[in-house]
Amino acid sequence: MARFALTVNGTHQQVEVAADTPLLWVLRDHLQLSGTKYGCGVGLCGSCTVLVDGEAVRSCSVSVAEVAGKKILTIEGLGGHHPVQRAFVAEDVPQCGYCQSGQVMQAVALLAKHPRPDPQQVAAAMGDILCRCGTYDRIAKAIARAAQEVSHGR
Amino acid sequence: MAASTLSRRELINLSLAVGGGLVLGRWLPAAQGEETVLQPNPFVAVGRDGTVKVWVNKSEMGQGVLTGLAQIVADELGAEWEKVVPVQADADPKYGNQNTGGSTAVRTQFDELRRAGAAAREMLLAAAARRWKVPASTLSARDGKVWDGKGRSLSFGELVEEAARLPVPENPPLKSPNQFRLIGQPLPRKDSQAKVTGKAIFGCDVRLPGMLFAVVARPPVFGATLASFDATAAERVEGVVKVLPISSGVAVVARDTWAALKGRAALQVRWSEGSAASFSSAGLLQEMERRAAQEGGLAAKHGEPAPALRDRPPAVEATFAVPFLAHAPMEPQNATAWLHDGGLEVWAPTQVPMPARREAAEAAGLPVEKVALHVTFLGGGFGRRLVSDFVREAVEVAKGFPVPVQLLWTREDDMTHDYYRPPSVHKLQAWLDPQGEVLGWRHHQVTASIGAQRNPSWAGQLDRGALEGAEPPYGFPFWQVEQTLLPCPVPLGAWRSVFASQNPFASEHFFDLVARAAGKDPWRLRLALLPEGPLRQAVQLAGEKAGWGKPLPPGWGRGIACCSSFGSHVAEVAEVSLASGKLQVKRLVVAIHCGRAVNPRLVEQQLVSAVVFALSAFLRGRITVVQGKVVEDNFDRYEPLRFPEMPRVEVHILPSQDPPGGVGEPGVPPLAPAVANAILAATGKPVYRLPWEA
Repeated sequence: MARFALTVNGTHQQVEVAADTPLLWVLRDHLQLSGTKYGCGVGLCGSCTVLVDGEAVRSCSVSVAEVAGKKILTIEGLGGHHPVQRAFVAEDVPQCGYCQSGQVMQAVALLAKHPRPDPQQVAAAMGDILCRCGTYDRIAKAIARAAQEVSHGR
Repeated sequence: MAASTLSRRELINLSLAVGGGLVLGRWLPAAQGEETVLQPNPFVAVGRDGTVKVWVNKSEMGQGVLTGLAQIVADELGAEWEKVVPVQADADPKYGNQNTGGSTAVRTQFDELRRAGAAAREMLLAAAARRWKVPASTLSARDGKVWDGKGRSLSFGELVEEAARLPVPENPPLKSPNQFRLIGQPLPRKDSQAKVTGKAIFGCDVRLPGMLFAVVARPPVFGATLASFDATAAERVEGVVKVLPISSGVAVVARDTWAALKGRAALQVRWSEGSAASFSSAGLLQEMERRAAQEGGLAAKHGEPAPALRDRPPAVEATFAVPFLAHAPMEPQNATAWLHDGGLEVWAPTQVPMPARREAAEAAGLPVEKVALHVTFLGGGFGRRLVSDFVREAVEVAKGFPVPVQLLWTREDDMTHDYYRPPSVHKLQAWLDPQGEVLGWRHHQVTASIGAQRNPSWAGQLDRGALEGAEPPYGFPFWQVEQTLLPCPVPLGAWRSVFASQNPFASEHFFDLVARAAGKDPWRLRLALLPEGPLRQAVQLAGEKAGWGKPLPPGWGRGIACCSSFGSHVAEVAEVSLASGKLQVKRLVVAIHCGRAVNPRLVEQQLVSAVVFALSAFLRGRITVVQGKVVEDNFDRYEPLRFPEMPRVEVHILPSQDPPGGVGEPGVPPLAPAVANAILAATGKPVYRLPWEA
C-alpha cells in the first residue's frame, strides 16, 4: 500500500491503496464516488470516463499513481446544473442511465475543446462511449443544445 | 480505506431509488419525522405536504416504469405531476407480480394502478365533501386539489388526515378515457436528473459501512465444477481478506474491488473437465442445419395443402441461421448482501424481485420472511436479470462475514457466463401458382428450448413459447410450422423478444424472396395478404412514412418487415447503403400499434432502443463457443452499435383506444428482416446467416 494525494472535484484527498489500483476503484470503493461506472475494465465502453486536467480519461485504465497531483473531475463534481447536464435532462436522454456519467463527462470534454463542434467532431468523440439502450440520437441533440447555451454565454 | 462517515440516515438515503422515495429495510430504523399519510393501498400515499408517492412494482431498467406507471396512478388520483415521487418497491407479495419481463409492465398494471389512484381520489373527495357539507358527487380532483365546481378548492395536503380516517372504497369509479389528463401525455422521465448526476444508485453503487468486495472465479467450461484450489498466492495479495469456495466457484473477498481482482488472478484453481468440454457452437449449428433439412414435429398449421402441392417441389426455399447472443447490459451482474440481526438484507438489480428474494433466502438458509430485498436501478436488463444466480452467489459469500459484501461480475464474467439467446436454423419453403399467388408455406424451426433446459420434464415436447413470431400473419391458404428441439449444454435465457428475435428474421426475410420469385412488390404484397387489423395498419403507415417506392441513390436498398408480438404490432422500413462497399444502415422508419400509449415519449424511446439493440446483433452479435468456452468476452469482440453508426430513426404511433400493448420488445423482431430485405433490394443477395457478413 502507498499513500496518494489526489485532487478530486476540487477537494484534496488522501488514499492508501496499491499503486497499480485504477483510478476507477479509488473513486468508487475508497472515495464513495459511485457516479463513475465500471463497464468493461479495459477502456472499451467509456462508462468510467472522468476528466484529468481537462482531458477525458477512462478511469479504469489509468492507475492512481499516474493521476496523483492532477486535477480530477468526476460526474459528482459537475454540480448537477452544468449546461451539459441540463441539456441531457431537457432532451430526456437517459434510459437505463448506466452509461450516462461517461456520456456527460465525454461531452463536457468535447465542448471544452470545441465549443461549437461539427457533427464529425461529435461523432468522433462520442463514438468512444457505448450506450446499450441506444440513446445516441438524443445525446446528439443534447450536445447541440448545450453548445448553443454555452455559446450564448449562459 | 477511508472510514465511512456516513450517518445511518444518509445510508438509507443512498439506497433510495429516486429523490425522496424511501426504501426501508426491515432492520433499518424507520426514518424520523415521516408524515402520516393517506395510503389506501400499497401503491400510493399522499402526504401532508401534498407529495404523492407511487410505489412502482416493476424494475426500472431503462424502459421508464418509474415514470409511466406513476403516470397512471397520478391521472386517476388527479395529482399534480410535479409532486409525484415514484419509489422502486422492495420485493414484497403485497405488490403483486413484480416480475419485469415480457413487455408486461403497463399491460398488467394499467387497470390495477388506475384503481389504486382512484381509491385515494375518492377518499379525498369524501373528505372535502364532509368539510364543505356537499355531496361528493359534485366534486372533482385535479392538479393536487379537490374542486367544488364554483372555483373553491382544497389541496390534497389539507385533506389527507381526514381522508385517511375514511373507509377505502372497494370499487372506486374510474375516469372515462376522455377525462385523462396525464395518460397519453409525453411526460418527461422522473429519473433523468438522478441519472445525469451520478446520483442514481445502481446495484453496484450500493455503499455500506465496512463493506467488503468480492469476485468469483468460475469454471470457464460450461458444466465444469471445482476440483481443487490453492489460495496461498491470492491471500498474499494486499487487501485480500478471504478466499472461499461457493457453489459456483471460488470467491475472493477483499477491501476493494481491485484487490479482489488481483487476488482472483493469483488464485490457482483446478476445474473438472466439464460436460460441455467437447461442445462447439459451430457443431451445434451444423447439426441444426442437418436437422432442418428433415421433417420436424408439427407445431402449428392452417388449412390443408392442395393435392397438387403434395408432389410439387417448392418454388422458393431457403435456410437461415442465427447464433448465440449475450445480453451484455452496461451494468454487469452484481448484488450486495448483508446478514445482520438474524436476517438478511439484499440489494440487487433484478428483474424478478420475489424469486430473487426466495433464492437469497434459500442460499442463506433463512425463511423468506427474514429476507429484505431492495431493488436498485438496473443498468439494463434485456432478460439477463430474470435469473438470480448473482444474488445467490452474493449471499453465499456474505454468509461468512458480519459485514455487507458486494459481489461484482467483471465484463468478462458477464459475457462468458450469461444465459444466452439460443441459436436456431430455419428452413422455409413456399409453393406458388403460375400467377405468383402463394399456395403453401412451410417453416421448420430448429433450436434449443429455454423452457426444457429449466424443466427437464419438458424434454420431447413441443415448446410453444419458442414459436413466437413463427406463424405467418398472412392469408395463405395453407401453412405449417414444424419444430425440432436439440439439447444444448450452454445456459439459455430470454433475450429481448426471446424467440421473436429469430423466427421473424427467417420468415419475413423469406417473404421477400417469395415476393421476388412472384415478381411482386414486398410492401404491396404484405398489404394484399394481411387481414384488416393493427398489423396491416402498421405496415401501411410505415411504408407511407418511409416514402415506399421513391427512388434511392445507387447502391442503396429499402426493405420492410413486420411482426405482432407481446401484444403490439410493429412494421419497420430500413434504408441501407452499400455504395461504399460497407453496409451502412441509414434510416429506420418504425410504425407501432400498441393500443393506448400511456406515454408516447417512452414508447418512442423503447422503439429506438429496440432497433438499436437488434441492429447491434444484426451487424456484429455473435457468441461463439469453442471446447465449451465462450470466445467473445468483452466489447472488442462483442461490440454494440456505437454513436457514429446510429441511423436516423423515426417512430410513428398509431392512435388507438385499445388496452395497452407491450413496447419494450416488439420493436426488436422486425429489425433484422427489414435490414436483410433492404440488403436484398440493394444487392439481390439474401442474408442467410447472422451476423451479417459482406
